[in-house]
Amino acid sequence: MSAYLVRRLLALIPTLFFASMIVFVTVRLIPGDVIDMMLSQNDIGADKLSRDQLLAALGLDKPMPEQYVRWVWALLHGDFGKSLWQSTPVLEQLLQRLPVTFELGMLAMLVGLAIALPIGVYSAIRQDTAGDVAARSLSILLLAVPSFWMGTMVMVFPSIWWGWSPEVNYVKFGDDPLQNLKQMMVPAIVLGMALSAVTMRMTRTMMLEVLRQDYIRTAWAKGLTERLVVRRHALRNALIPVVTLIGLQAPLLIGGAVIIEQIFVIPGMGLMLLEAVNQRDYPVITGVFLVVGLSVMLINLLVDLSYGLLDPRVRHR
Amino acid sequence: MSTTHVRPSAVPISVQSTVAAEPRRRSSNVILRLIREKPVGALAGLVFVLFVFCGLFADVLAPYGFNQISPIERLQPPSAKHLFGTDNLGRDLFSRCLYGARISAIIGLSAAALATIISIVIGMFTGYLGGRFDMIGQRFVDAYMSFPELVILIAVVSAVGPGMFQIIGILSLVLGVGGSRIIRSAVVSVRENMYVHAAQSIGAGTGRILWRHILPNIMPPIIVLFTTRVGAVILAESGLSFLGLGVPPPTPTWGGLLSGSGRTFMFQGPWLALAPGLCLTIVVYATNVFGDALRDLLDPRMRGSR
Repeated sequence: MSAYLVRRLLALIPTLFFASMIVFVTVRLIPGDVIDMMLSQNDIGADKLSRDQLLAALGLDKPMPEQYVRWVWALLHGDFGKSLWQSTPVLEQLLQRLPVTFELGMLAMLVGLAIALPIGVYSAIRQDTAGDVAARSLSILLLAVPSFWMGTMVMVFPSIWWGWSPEVNYVKFGDDPLQNLKQMMVPAIVLGMALSAVTMRMTRTMMLEVLRQDYIRTAWAKGLTERLVVRRHALRNALIPVVTLIGLQAPLLIGGAVIIEQIFVIPGMGLMLLEAVNQRDYPVITGVFLVVGLSVMLINLLVDLSYGLLDPRVRHR
Repeated sequence: MSTTHVRPSAVPISVQSTVAAEPRRRSSNVILRLIREKPVGALAGLVFVLFVFCGLFADVLAPYGFNQISPIERLQPPSAKHLFGTDNLGRDLFSRCLYGARISAIIGLSAAALATIISIVIGMFTGYLGGRFDMIGQRFVDAYMSFPELVILIAVVSAVGPGMFQIIGILSLVLGVGGSRIIRSAVVSVRENMYVHAAQSIGAGTGRILWRHILPNIMPPIIVLFTTRVGAVILAESGLSFLGLGVPPPTPTWGGLLSGSGRTFMFQGPWLALAPGLCLTIVVYATNVFGDALRDLLDPRMRGSR
């Protein structure tokens, strides 16, 4: 296990290197005139000195490789740079916003599983019945409904019909956990529905595969009830690969959170990114971009490691 | 292009000779087979064709201009005169949705095509050449896949600015790198076939092998990748437009119609929130169902995967 852990961590190094390169190059795409625009917006005046200062602040006055090394070196020391407008360290802002998106993501994941697992299992044990066809159509439909449309409808229609609309004044979990959960539930359901589509398909596929195994036939032959065969024997084995989906869905979840946070005005990383994009706050964009990538890698690492714990057959040497 | 090739490795030699005569007969009838075996998929294909048709002929089909303002008719519910109703400036929502179809069709088809080509190039080279080249390529794709598409798109758009060509370029690049995995695994499974080794042993160049021997044999996953990409691109573009980072107004896009100034008027005219979202959902749904049906027909091994 520890040897596997070491190998897995070593394999992460090139990935981290490429990820940092992707972030670095993307931000370096900023054309020169954007700097002029920032100057004019900043009301510093476009004189030579402030232009140079801004270039220096962005670290753009050095040669590329040097810029990269300096940037990575600063990152390794926990220095994500400073916001161009608020002059607060980016890291500080990130640490405030990250838990909010994390909570939204976790809730959405739970909602997604709560929808997907029962339907996926049903669809597999009643393969090719009308119910199965309906469930499969539902999952393709859920893939096609854009979450921003669903979010928009949730904002508009309940308000027209019943005068109810989701709360948009964000309350921190620490301040009032109940109020916070009440508030997060609607966005989490909208986001979770989009996620459930893929999980539903995966659960069905895995269940079908497991149901054909010898030990299931044995379980039937022993005269066990359907309930026992499905729950105790089939589902437990079918769920293991579904766990990997959590890792695969992490990017989808964070991408979806950007839109959901915008609609329901939740001050998470997604809203932070959009605000930064509107203000062209490049250090913040870089910070969010990087942290999102790192979070996804970390989630995938944890999923890979938990795989061995969940499935005794895949013990890592 | 439409050859439904039977991989020799998958079929015992004795069966091959009888199957060998089949591809031509079967391939010419892909549409017929689709209608016979997958009626729902064929219907979805029809919806998709209709969508492209609406996009192409939006200016002929639309009863009003997309930016034709008529203040007396503002915020009218759907009627015979205005099928989908009108917005806060009295613009006909039906016409605007038709023009929105044009943007979705142009971006959806061109970005999906470009993305597929990028996937093919990356996937073929990493998959066929293998070795260190493949390893470095795969670590790069790994790193790339850790970033949510939407987050990359937002970050890049913030750098290069919104606009149709930027969106097409970025979408095809982002989705192209992601899709290269599928092509790569198809190439890896084809690479060790006898006919590839035969070509190698008579001294055929890498380019020739890739073009004449590998490419025709990975056509089914390519077609499937393309169709699933169309839906993904349309969704991604509308998401960007919704966030105000897509094709800038006044050009109507389905995502844009659901955002911006129209949002405040949705409480007075809920139909404003319905039509663009319905158009999007129906088109993406149809594209996905069509893609699934094609996959089942062309590449049964990929069934259930996504």
